[in-house]
Order: sequence, then structure tokens, then C-alpha cells
Amino acid sequence: MSIPPLRLTELPLRQPARITAIDWDTLSHAEGQRLREFGLCESADVEVLHHGGLLRRGPIACKIGRMTIAMRRNHAAAVTVRTDLVEGAA
Amino acid sequence: MSALPLVALVGNPNAGKSALFNALTGARQKLGNYPGVTVERKAGRLALADGRPVELVDLPGTYSLDAGSPDEQVTRDFVLGRQVGERRPDALLVVVDAANLDNHLRFALELIALGLPTVVALNMVDLAERDGLELDPAALSAELGVPVVPTVAVRKRGLEDLRGQLEGALGSTRPAAPERDFDQLRQEASRIARLAILRETPSRRITGAVDRVLLHPVLGFIILLALLFVMFQAVFSWAAPPAELMEGLVTSLGETVTAVLPPGILHDFLLQGVIGGVGAVVVFLPQILILFFFILMLEATGYMARAAFLMDGMMARVGLSGRAFIPLLSSFACAVPGIMATRTISDPRDRLTTILIAPLMTCSARLPVYGLIIAAFIPAQKVGPGVGLQGLVLFILYVAGIVGAMLAAWALRLTVTKGTSGGFLMEMPKYQWPRWQDLGIGLWQRAATFLKRAGTIILATNVVLWLLASFPQAPDGVRQSEYSIAGRIAGGINVLVEPIGFNRDISMALLPSMAAREVAVSAIATVYAIDAEDDEAVVNQALGERLQGRWSLATALAFLAWFVFAPQCVSTIAVARRETNGWKWPMFMLGYLFALAYVAAGITYWSAVALGLG
Repeated sequence: MSIPPLRLTELPLRQPARITAIDWDTLSHAEGQRLREFGLCESADVEVLHHGGLLRRGPIACKIGRMTIAMRRNHAAAVTVRTDLVEGAA
Repeated sequence: MSALPLVALVGNPNAGKSALFNALTGARQKLGNYPGVTVERKAGRLALADGRPVELVDLPGTYSLDAGSPDEQVTRDFVLGRQVGERRPDALLVVVDAANLDNHLRFALELIALGLPTVVALNMVDLAERDGLELDPAALSAELGVPVVPTVAVRKRGLEDLRGQLEGALGSTRPAAPERDFDQLRQEASRIARLAILRETPSRRITGAVDRVLLHPVLGFIILLALLFVMFQAVFSWAAPPAELMEGLVTSLGETVTAVLPPGILHDFLLQGVIGGVGAVVVFLPQILILFFFILMLEATGYMARAAFLMDGMMARVGLSGRAFIPLLSSFACAVPGIMATRTISDPRDRLTTILIAPLMTCSARLPVYGLIIAAFIPAQKVGPGVGLQGLVLFILYVAGIVGAMLAAWALRLTVTKGTSGGFLMEMPKYQWPRWQDLGIGLWQRAATFLKRAGTIILATNVVLWLLASFPQAPDGVRQSEYSIAGRIAGGINVLVEPIGFNRDISMALLPSMAAREVAVSAIATVYAIDAEDDEAVVNQALGERLQGRWSLATALAFLAWFVFAPQCVSTIAVARRETNGWKWPMFMLGYLFALAYVAAGITYWSAVALGLG
């Protein structure tokens, strides 16, 4: 049984997951470049740490490698993750 | 003198670059600008192990040589030897965060590939150890092919070793490596990082625990507001004793001049034009330093990025990015660095909007004006535990600026800067306890800038004002401040501002305070000093006491409201012109801000009069 992929915005807090796809086309060149520089790429592991703002309308903060980065929800929605590929996942 | 060897300090943002720069060069730093761009050039002198000096330049932090913002372009051009007016550096000192090797090594590899003599500082090894990382610098050095020195800049650890390695590297030659694309560099970086990390024990991350509180959607926001509130209360209450001390110094200096010099034009000029004017501004140095202390502290601890994160949701609603929060908060100190800091905002419309509203943030130059009026007209009584009425009024003035800025951003986004908003992408640095020396250096640079302004722009404006206000000499029975050239100009302005409750004192102060806001205080002081003639008792009377007798409360409040909005600062207009490449936007900024100021002062005055405060 496989767990369906989620958007990064739907990932529960502090649930480690692996990035399976990034829809680079929805990001501008500069935004894509910056996310790459932050270490965001297919096969990287990610964990959502915080939702900013009330009612989860603000940006999200997530852990990528050893960095914590913040991005808006529209960018996070371009990132698809799976929770069953991470080492140690049930 | 032959040019010293030039070493460039390069690295990712948050690698502890500035702390290393301070530790290596001490307080003797030279601040300047790169020609043609408003990027700050920070240089200092570093002694090698054998005592030979080299020039060390601290380049803006960047994640790669694929530059986006103007800051990052300077870094790229500088290390490639393409920066106008700069030599190619003789060596690179690359700073990497020991606790974030995978990411920082990618940029380090890109830099090492340039073929310049290079030394890598493996910085903040103590924090990496705190996070449970055990590293092997020798393996790292073998893989990178350049010396690697573990350092803790804030504790001056590893600096001697670094000087020695730099000395060895200078003059050596290395071949440039073939260019690799982003993914190749990334994979190589994580391969090397895996080799260099000997052990990794999961440990309690302090930053994560603190963030759970500080980034909490409700609690975090309350803490942010509380912090800002404490900051503005402190500006008023902590500054009082040193400000009184400085006021005493200024007064006794005036008395000395009176005692030493015979009455006459020189005596009047020194007492009224120089000491009365400049002295009135200099007494606000303690408040300005306290404000800068808080801002530097928030930046150095890593909290500023959290504030941006908390604010992004709200900023997005008025069409701004959370990133705009940092330039806007800096604008509380001064709009000039604030507007310059907008260069980190990549979206052009986001950036323009931020530039246009930055002058609405209450800058430190307004403090002398607010400080004078509040102290003179608002009673120093408590309105609650730890909350004074004066501090509360100051807080309200700051809030009025913020609310005005948000409304202005919202309106601008619907009209002149219409279009989709850029995003918010930001690294959250680890929390760190700032080093007092770094704070001290930052404060010292700010104090020097302020005093330089007091000694140049403010002094010059006051001298001109004193001349205009002293001549021609008024006949008996006519007030000098009304008869003089300045008085006649003020009379013209007065027609415009009388409806919003301004008197002739204010009209007289408005024109010179275009040079800088705090000149308003010194201008009023100069005018009063001239009117007081040689009546020493009046000359040495505190300015606030004299104001109480001449202004109504409604006028004072209207004056405060005016200064919340009015764009009275030549430097801000100049930097806005430079950053927007033309006169169109600075002129627009002047227009809309003066209109806002007029309306706000008017509404304040008329409401106050209606409430019987006229």
C-alpha cells in the first residue's frame, strides 16, 4: 500500500517527507534559483516546522537539510512530497 | 604608498562573515560605497602572521555567483575582477558555517574553482558542536584542495591560524577548475560534507525550541509587539539621564562663551547659531543610540528574520513582502539605509512600494522633534504599571506612521504599483547571542555618522538660518524673527500652514528642516535665541519651557502629526532618486507625503480645538 503524494502545504507539521516533484514552471526564474540555492530539489528531505499567521494563511517555515527556510504558500504548493520514502518511515 | 594585497571575504548570508570581519580587523574599518551603486563597501586592515598588512574587504553575503540583487552582483563582479574601480582580489577568504556544510560548501566550491589563492574559514564550529556535529577539518582541506581553518569568530578562536594560512596562500598559484553546473556542485558539496562529518549525534536544537514560541501564530505575534513596545519605552526612559547630562554640557558651554567673549556679533553667532542650534540636536544622541542598539541586537540575534516571517501574512495583504519588514524596521533608525536595504527585495514593484513608504517609518531624526514636543507638552505621569504617558504618546506616533505606511502601500498597490506581488523566500538563521564588540562597533559607526551630520548639514543649515534670521536688524518694538529675511519667507509659508494650526515659529522651522528633520529643533532654538537678544536667563532656559509659553497644545499635537508624514529629508529624497534611477518617484513621494502630512496635521488640530485644547 502506498501513501498518496501531498503538496508541501498539506504536509502535517514535523512530519518528515521526501520531495518527489517541483513544478518549476509556476516559479519565476529568480524564485526557482533561490529555492535551489536553499537546497530544494527532487529527492531532498523536508519537514514543515511552522505555519505563519492566523488560520494558516501566512508563509510556512520548513527544514531543508540543515537550513530553515520560509516561503509563501503559493510556492510551497509547487512542491510535491511523499512521506513513505523517508528512511525510518513506517 | 604601494597598494596593499587585497583579500576578499566571501560567503553565504548567515555564515558569521561580519563577526569574522570585525574580529580580524577590529574597530578600524572604512565604510564607503562602490561607484555607481549604493552597495556599502566595508574594508579594514588585517595583519598577517608576519605583521604585513593586507586590505580585507567584506563582500555582501550571497548564495552563489549567479547574482540576482545589486548586492550579489557586487560580490560576483568583485571576485571576478570586474567591479569598476576595484582590483581583482589577490586572495579569497571564504567563510562557511560549520553547521551547514552541505549548503555552504556548494558556494565555496564555486569560489575555489576560480583559481585564486583561497583559505576557507570553517566558522562557528562551537555552534556545530552544540548541534552534535563532529567535523574533520583535515579531510575537508584534502577534498577542497585549500587550507581549512576552524574558527569561532565571536570568541576569536582560530584567528592566528587564519592569518598564518593567508600569509602562505598569498602569492601562491592554483589552476582554475573547469566550470560545473549547479547540480554537479551540489552533489559534490554533499559528498564532501558527508566525508567531513565524522559523527552526528542528534541533539536538542535550541533554535527549534525557541522558534516554537517565537514563531507561534498568536504568542509569537504578541511577543513581537511587546518587544517593539519595550524598545520605544526604553528610547524614552533609558535616554533621560545621559540626555540631561549632555544638555547640561551644552548649557555650560554656552555660559562659557558668554563669559569669555564680549557681546557682539561673534558672541551671538556662536551662542545662537552654533551652540543653540547644534547643541539642541546633539542632546538626542543617547536616544538614537538606544534605538540603534535594539535594531542591531534584533539583527545580530537572528530575530529579525522571525519578525519578517510573522509579518509576511499581514504584509501580503497590503501587497508587500515580509522581506519589506527589515528595510522598514531599519527605517525606524533612518530611511536612507532602509531604502538601501530594499535591494534584497527582488520583485521591482514590491521594492518600489517599499521605497515609497519607507519614509513613513519613524526615523531617529524625528526623535529630537518628538522628544522636544512630548517633553514640553505631555505630562510625565504614569498611566499603568511601567507605562508612562510620554512613552505611550511616542508609541502612538510610531503606530500612526506604521498604519499610514500600510494604508499607503495598499493604495499604491491598487494604483501606481499595480501588478502581482513577488514572493517571500528567506533563510531563518540560527539564534545567536551577539558579541558586545560587534554591537559596539555598529553603534560607534552610527554615532559617528550622526555627529558628522550635526557637524556638517545641521551646522551649515543653522548658520544660514542664523544669518537670514539676524538680518536685516529689526527696529525697536518689532520682533527680530519677524522682521528678518527668514521671517518674511516664513510669513509666506505661514499663509499656507496657518489653517492647520501652525504658528510663525513652525513656519520658520519648516524650510530649513527640509535638510534634515532634526534641524526643526535647532531652527526653533536659533530663532528663539535671536529673539531673546542678550537676555541670558532666556537664552539658557530650556527650549521646551519656552515652547510651553508660546504654543497651544493643539498646535503642538498638529506639529507632531505633521512630522509623522512629512518627507523632510534631503538625504532620503536623494537616495530614493538613486535607487529608482530618476526624479519621477522621489517627486511622487514628496507630493503624496506632504499631502498626507497636511491633512493629518489639519485633522489633529481641528479635533484638538474642538475638544477645547486650542
